[in-house]
Amino acid sequence: MSIWEYANPVKFMKTSSMLLPWVTGLTVICLVVGLIWGFFFTPEATNFGSTVKVIYVHVPSAMMAINIWVMMLVTSLIWLIRRHHVSALAAKAAAPIGMVMTLIALITGAVWGQPMWGTWWEWDPRLTSFLILFLFYLGYMALWEAIDNPDTAADLTGVLCLVGSVFALLSRYAVNFWNQGLHQGATLSLDKEENISDVYWFPLLICLAGFVLLFVTLLLLRTRTEIRARRLKALEQRERMA
Amino acid sequence: MLALLSRDLKLAIRAGGGFGLGLAFFLIVVTLVPFGVGPEGGILARIAPGILWLGSLLACLLSLDRIFALDFEDGSLDLLATAPVPLEGVVTMKALAHWITTGLPLVVAAPVFGVLLHLEGAAYQWLVISLLLGTPALSVLGTFGAALTVGLKRGGLLLSLLVLPLYVPTLIFGAELIRRGAEGMATQVPLLMLGGITTAVIAVVPFASAAAIRVNLR
Repeated sequence: MSIWEYANPVKFMKTSSMLLPWVTGLTVICLVVGLIWGFFFTPEATNFGSTVKVIYVHVPSAMMAINIWVMMLVTSLIWLIRRHHVSALAAKAAAPIGMVMTLIALITGAVWGQPMWGTWWEWDPRLTSFLILFLFYLGYMALWEAIDNPDTAADLTGVLCLVGSVFALLSRYAVNFWNQGLHQGATLSLDKEENISDVYWFPLLICLAGFVLLFVTLLLLRTRTEIRARRLKALEQRERMA
Repeated sequence: MLALLSRDLKLAIRAGGGFGLGLAFFLIVVTLVPFGVGPEGGILARIAPGILWLGSLLACLLSLDRIFALDFEDGSLDLLATAPVPLEGVVTMKALAHWITTGLPLVVAAPVFGVLLHLEGAAYQWLVISLLLGTPALSVLGTFGAALTVGLKRGGLLLSLLVLPLYVPTLIFGAELIRRGAEGMATQVPLLMLGGITTAVIAVVPFASAAAIRVNLR
């Protein structure tokens, strides 16, 4: 089994339709178990009270927001180097999911920040770099939408993804610098995973798995939709020619 | 390549609005800011570095969509692409022409606008240095955005959505350099970072722009 086999959309459709029910089932199980365990069967943390439970949505979505961009980078590279059509469509399909994950991370962060820090928004390096990541997602999706020819669109968004990755990373560290320059030694962001005890860690782990599976499910679904849309377009074009 | 540069410069000057428009826009931004935040000198002096950088960012953005659009429409971009000069070189020259017509006037005029915003005395040299170092990166990144959107009919808004996030590091270090200069703090780190970003951008991004243009001309 190599990824090059799946450059053939028929092959991809066949395998993905076989996989999809299983992945969907696993996603539901993981999310239901993880979230219910996390929300109702964990003690309240001493410093946080019940707000600690936001962690079960916030951390997985933030993790996915970054990883989906990395996945888009890899699939864009595969498209640019080897003309792997399904790979390009997968990158297109992943972008809105990543954007929503970024948005979820930002919103749950705001909901968490309000009781803990007393503010919905703080120009903290982490928050700011997530906002910038959100902008990159928006630009990427807008470019896909704007271009008619699918191959041109795939090429241009691929190049944008490569350049954007470098600049997203650069912004991440630049923002770090900028914030320290503004207020010295602001320690608003917490190193969440290091000082967490097992009681919280296991449900969090299941939630993380659930979000990864959720992404895989949505990605398969959306890529299938994109392939079908592409087929429809080709059919329409053929009809117009005839 | 030099012929291309002089052609672009001539076009920019004779078509009108090449030098003037960006500067006029910059002036308007600087004029409007006190209306927005109030005329007190203290506040203005504090936000002046950021405003001056934002102003030059936006002024630079204004003329970006014209970098390739005209050449694309009348077909001269196809000729340039098949010319013996590599497309990367063409792109670099376009960026240079854009910088000379918008970036350089901004660098020269910025101290005057600094006066309007009550910029502190120590900051003027840093203002000029930071704009001089930073604006080339803006032009080169702008040509990348212009190259991505050259085939589109209404690419202007999309162009700004694509390009502005790429400006974040330059803006951060550029404004920080002036701020530190104004407060008499050590300026070495933002200075080096700004220069490093600009040189890296000049070295690498033209390849991406040329790739985008090749795709668009296909």
